[in-house]
Amino acid sequence: MENTETGNTDLKLSLLTEFQNFEKNLNGEAESAFHKIRKDAFESFKELGFPNKKLEDWKYTNLNPILKLNLKHSLTEYKSALTKADIKKYLIKDSDINLLVFVNGHYDKNLSEVVTKDENVFIGSFSEGMKKYRDVIENHFGKYADYKKNGLIALNTAFAADGCFIYVKKGYEVTEAIHILNISDAVNETYISQLRNLIIAEEGAGLKVVNDYHTIGDKHCFTNVVTEIFCETKSDVSHYKIQNDSDNAYYIGTTQVHQDKDSKFSDTTISWGGAITRNDLNSVFDGTNTECHFYGLYLLTGRQHVDNHTLADHKSPHCYSNELYKGIIDDNATGVFNGKIMVREDAQKTNAYQSNNNILLSDDATIYSKPQLEIFADDVKCSHGATTGQLNENEMFYLQSRGISKENARTLLLYAFSSDVIDSIKIDELREIIVKKLESKLKKEV
Amino acid sequence: MLTIKNLKAKIETEEGEKQILKGINLKVNAGEVHAIMGPNGSGKSTLASVLTGREGYDVTEGEVLFEGKDLLEDSPEDRARHGIFLAFQYPIEIPGVSNTNFLKTAINEIRKSKGEEAMSSVDFLKMIKEKAKLVGLDPQMISRYVNVGFSGGEKKRNEIFQLAMLNPKLSILDETDSGLDIDALRTVADGVNKLKTKENAFIVITHYQRLLDYIIPDYVHVMYNGRIVKSGGKELALKLEEQGYDWITEEKEEAAV
Repeated sequence: MENTETGNTDLKLSLLTEFQNFEKNLNGEAESAFHKIRKDAFESFKELGFPNKKLEDWKYTNLNPILKLNLKHSLTEYKSALTKADIKKYLIKDSDINLLVFVNGHYDKNLSEVVTKDENVFIGSFSEGMKKYRDVIENHFGKYADYKKNGLIALNTAFAADGCFIYVKKGYEVTEAIHILNISDAVNETYISQLRNLIIAEEGAGLKVVNDYHTIGDKHCFTNVVTEIFCETKSDVSHYKIQNDSDNAYYIGTTQVHQDKDSKFSDTTISWGGAITRNDLNSVFDGTNTECHFYGLYLLTGRQHVDNHTLADHKSPHCYSNELYKGIIDDNATGVFNGKIMVREDAQKTNAYQSNNNILLSDDATIYSKPQLEIFADDVKCSHGATTGQLNENEMFYLQSRGISKENARTLLLYAFSSDVIDSIKIDELREIIVKKLESKLKKEV
Repeated sequence: MLTIKNLKAKIETEEGEKQILKGINLKVNAGEVHAIMGPNGSGKSTLASVLTGREGYDVTEGEVLFEGKDLLEDSPEDRARHGIFLAFQYPIEIPGVSNTNFLKTAINEIRKSKGEEAMSSVDFLKMIKEKAKLVGLDPQMISRYVNVGFSGGEKKRNEIFQLAMLNPKLSILDETDSGLDIDALRTVADGVNKLKTKENAFIVITHYQRLLDYIIPDYVHVMYNGRIVKSGGKELALKLEEQGYDWITEEKEEAAV
């Protein structure tokens, strides 16, 4: 415990100095409304600090290993040495896709390519967006992800400088998917990346966004991301988060969604990389007849730790939410699932479903699964459930009795177990990549 | 083809070990159909499980030879590759795996074990069409997930379809007739009859005689209390249908006194 305090304080102190330096480099911007939020958020961070295990929401996830790292914060000057050839293997497809590349938290314009060119759409970096749509950004930034309660959101908000800004105007549907490729270049140094993304879909707009994470190199790295997504009336937004990081990578991220009436949002989070990963995914239904889907798959080996916290916040009546998270955990790995459905007093006629299923492949694998249902309305349909078990022996025998080896039978059954989450991916090329990777991971696994 | 000598097997239950098979002797030659009948709990399904290598059964005595080679040490998949097939009493549903993918994996693993090359997609699809027609399976079912959303009858028909696709030497049908209406029963039996050759053999495990109206056995064996207590021709099945199992159990109990 003492270590926590020391680590926490040391890093906090260095962040304090960094924040002062950061402010100096903001030039004329220091007095802007935007920066006032950053300052306010930094005050919150000073008060809140990093979360520790005493907090109920952080009971199973210990950030000490991250706090002990000698992290280098690359705030103002960073020049990536990566070339197009270096990132080729991470691309989802070669054409008809928008690509935004961030290296250690910084936008790399040379590696990026925006193919959707329409005045109704802006796809680019946060800083580029500020030049063109400052008023829009200021209208939404920091409004959804609450930096007053969560130290890591506060930290991210305080240092918010780069990330992506996607803005789709009324009635426009972006047909090309948007691939946000986040790379931690940990070849030489241990970096902290703080990405800040803002996605705005106006009335009736539609888009698909892929946020995926990769690490190059063996040094440690720490990524702290906040993504705010605003879905206006009748908009349709799909968000995919694919975590492919290295064994020395630490990741914490909050996706905060705000849904207006008649909007549709879907998120699929796939976690199979990283040492410690914490995902917070929250959607607030601020209007009737919204629809929301949360899908998740975590495939963990070694000493990996993945913590998924989700919240479907039914504030309005006649909304539908459905959540399906699946986990395959091997070796000494640990999974945490904490899914909350909140049905507030006014949210009559709510339909809310949630399910978390886990397969443990070793005696030392652990899952902490906590489905939570809080209902304050009386005319609702809600269900939740969690299962944890091993591979079914009858199913194994059925496959083996057809001549399929034990190894392949296991792969096939684990693949089958994951398939309904995989099927939620509506970008064909991405789904194919995920299927291939899943198959090769499962083969290695068994 | 198959020789079972004095086979004894037990299982572990909550109340301790339980001896289920108490000395089975049986010989099945190529071209033959054997029916194994008997009341519930006589050990019929256990015999099927032991022959196909299901875990949880402990063979305490005896031997099983398949084409002259000891079978009991082999894994379930190796037994399948040697040409043994079990049509399950309760087929398993596998969401997320299509019938096509499942069968392709199975066929190619069996071929690989024999040093043969994987089957081409064209040949595979041709075979699927042909065999589906043979057993009367709706071709649409084939692209669906294995047994998911299938009715009881469709599941059983799918078992016979798999049998047709894998073309085993020895097929064991475990209560394939249970849960089937008369039309489904007829199609399933019809499929089996079409698959019967001089080179393969069938063991049909059933509680009732009615399946044997359609699949005519060469031999009928009655199992009771872990042993084959009576063997005969197809007329034995008819006698069982008329008189039930009581006369056999009584005979046995008298003999025991």
